[in-house]
Amino acid sequence: MEIDDFIKAIEEEFDNLNPGDVSPNSVFRDMEGWSSMHALIFVALIDSKYDVLLNGEELKSCVTINDLFDITCLKLNGGAAKA
Amino acid sequence: MAQLRLKHTAVKAIYSVIPKMVYKTHDYPYFSEDEAKMFANTTGIIERRVAATNVTASDMCFKAAQTLLEDMNCHHEIDLLVFVTQSPDYFLPASAAILQDKLGLPKTCMAFDVNLGCSGYVHGLLLANRYLQQGGLRKVLLLAGDKSTISTHEQDKTAFPLFGDAGSATLLEYDAKGKDWFFDAGTDGSGANAIIIEAGHSRMPYQSFDDQDIELAPGVVRSKKHLAIDGMAVFNFALKNVPKSINNVLDLAKIRTEQLDYLVLHQANQLITDSIRKKMNLPKEKCPSSIGNFGNTSSASIPLTLCSELSEALKKERLFLLLCGFGVGFSWASLLLSTHNVATKLLEYD
Repeated sequence: MEIDDFIKAIEEEFDNLNPGDVSPNSVFRDMEGWSSMHALIFVALIDSKYDVLLNGEELKSCVTINDLFDITCLKLNGGAAKA
Repeated sequence: MAQLRLKHTAVKAIYSVIPKMVYKTHDYPYFSEDEAKMFANTTGIIERRVAATNVTASDMCFKAAQTLLEDMNCHHEIDLLVFVTQSPDYFLPASAAILQDKLGLPKTCMAFDVNLGCSGYVHGLLLANRYLQQGGLRKVLLLAGDKSTISTHEQDKTAFPLFGDAGSATLLEYDAKGKDWFFDAGTDGSGANAIIIEAGHSRMPYQSFDDQDIELAPGVVRSKKHLAIDGMAVFNFALKNVPKSINNVLDLAKIRTEQLDYLVLHQANQLITDSIRKKMNLPKEKCPSSIGNFGNTSSASIPLTLCSELSEALKKERLFLLLCGFGVGFSWASLLLSTHNVATKLLEYD
C-alpha cells in the first residue's frame, strides 16, 4: 500500500479536487466546504478500497492525509506505512 | 443465536402509501447549492414525501390496509394485526387496537404494536410466520410505517433532509406447501444513542427538561425532543453487522449470493447501501433502490422499495429475495424468502 495510490483515490473521489491538489501534509478538514458528509465519504472510500473500517474516534484523531494513511495501514495488517 | 428456519408462510400482497407532498433536496433552504449537490450525490436522496400535519403513520398504514383488504376481500380472516412503528398515534393505547376497529376486523383478532424502526419490517415478517407456522391462524396483516418528519428539526442538516414518511400493509397466510424461509437477527444496544429522541417518555418526561433549541454545530439545531442521528456511528454499525447477517442467512440456507434474485436493503442512505452491496459482490441491478424518490422511510422502506421497484417481478415471477433491515437500536434482521404471485400497489395519501 503506497500513499500515492491513497492520495489518487481521494482526488478521484471528490469532484472539486484535481490531481496534485492533495499532499501527505494536507489537512483534510480544510477542504472547501468540509462537512460530516465528507467524513462519511472518506470512511466509505477507505472501507471500499482497503476493507478497513475507521470509526468516528479514529477519524477524529487524524489531522492530515498522512495520519489517515497511517491509521489505515495499521488497521489493515498491523504493518508500517510507506510514506 | 437468533437464527431460524421458517416454514409454511406465504406473502400474498404488499401495498404501500406515500404522502402527496414532495420535498426536494435542492429546495432545502439551509443547504448551499454545493451542500445540496453533495447531499444528493452521497445519500442518493433527490426528493422525499412528507405527510401533512394532521396525517399520522397509522393513517397511511390504514389506507394501505383498507385498500388491500378490499381488493383481497378477506377482512373476516385476519387473526392477527401487527403494527410496526416508532411514531404511534398515542402513548397508549396501542395504535394496532385503533386500527383493528377502523379496519372493521373481527374482535377475535389479536392486535399489538412493535416498537422497532428500520429493522422492524423484517422482524414483523418473522412474527407473522411464528403465529402462522403451526396452522392455527389463517391470515396476518403486518402494517409497517413511520412519520419520521414529525421528529426532525427543520434546521438540523444531519436529519431533516434525510427522512421521508410512508406506510405499508403486507398480507401473509398459512401455506402448507410454501418453501422454507431463513432468518437471522441481532441487537447492539451500546448504539442506543446513535439514533435517539431523548425527551418525551419516562426517562426524560416533557415537564422535566428545558425545551430549547440549541445549535450543536454549524447547521445542526435541535432540542432534546427532536431526533438526533450520528451518521458515522450508523455507517460503522451497518458495515460491521449487515454483511455478516446476510452471510449468516445464506449459510443457513446453503445458497450462494449469486442465486439471489434481489437483495432488498433498508434504504438508510445510498452510501451505506452501496457499500454493503459491494461487500456482497452484487451488481446494482440486484439491489433495488428507492431512496432517491422517498428518502429514508424507516420501517416502511423495504415494503415501499418492493412496491416501487419490484412490482412487476413480484406479480409475475417466482423470486428468491433477501430482505435486510438495520438501524435504530442498534437492531438488525435478515430474511431469505421465496415469493410468487404477490399483489402490490403503490398509492398516494390525499
